[in-house]
Amino acid sequence: MAAKPRIKIPDKAKVGEVIEIKTLIAHVMETGQRKDKDGKPIPRNIIHTFEAKFAGKPVFTAKLFSGTSSNPYIAFFMKVPGPGDLEFLWVDDAGEKVTEKMKLNVA
Amino acid sequence: MKRQLRLDIVHRRDVLLGAAGAAAFISLLAMGGKASAQENVPTAADLLKSIHGDAKPTEARINVDLPEIAENGNTVPFGIVVESPMTGTDYVKAIHVVATGNPRPEVATFLLTPDSGKAAISSRMRLGKTQDIIVVAEMSDGKFYMGKRAVKVTIGGCGG
Repeated sequence: MAAKPRIKIPDKAKVGEVIEIKTLIAHVMETGQRKDKDGKPIPRNIIHTFEAKFAGKPVFTAKLFSGTSSNPYIAFFMKVPGPGDLEFLWVDDAGEKVTEKMKLNVA
Repeated sequence: MKRQLRLDIVHRRDVLLGAAGAAAFISLLAMGGKASAQENVPTAADLLKSIHGDAKPTEARINVDLPEIAENGNTVPFGIVVESPMTGTDYVKAIHVVATGNPRPEVATFLLTPDSGKAAISSRMRLGKTQDIIVVAEMSDGKFYMGKRAVKVTIGGCGG
């Protein structure tokens, strides 16, 4: 899951504006339903948690299950309370974590 | 000196074999655990019950955007909008997405806050076959709303 996630936020935002945040991360999202060529089940490995915080405060969380497609794309909205950094976290079944931080330009 | 070295090698191999055996045993145990867990896969009805309990969700306020026909069930884009003022006292707490016809019906649960500003999300889901998608929104006042959409799937997307 080492690939760098892709995140799209507006270049600039105003206080009180509702902005859309789009995220995409490369991950196999192995369901645990599939078998390898020897007939052995391939263990489940999916990103089960995605979290977004703004200025240290949680804004949005997604609990993902095997029904979410590989390379999960998640888009959500946030009302800009003021200037601050957006922090993102992805955690998978193997315990791997990917974090990303982005500054939101507040006019 | 040479003999000593040999012994060392034998020992190391013993240790390695032992470790491999232990690892195999542990993975067997883990598989056993997984297998028994698989028998307890909740049905879509169980899952919905665990979301809203005995409350009967009203079919309103939710707009589910899904293609009528999904050619590839591996990645079906969807969007959900829930009507809500999204204020500190009246907001959508959670949006649950259930694919009733998948071997494991859970797709995702999105947890929102008043800071979300707008109760809307988009993502992509896997659909194993033609089925109904049920979306349940949990409001901050404890009420539940529901939205339902049928999707025809041409090529299923649950591996295998």
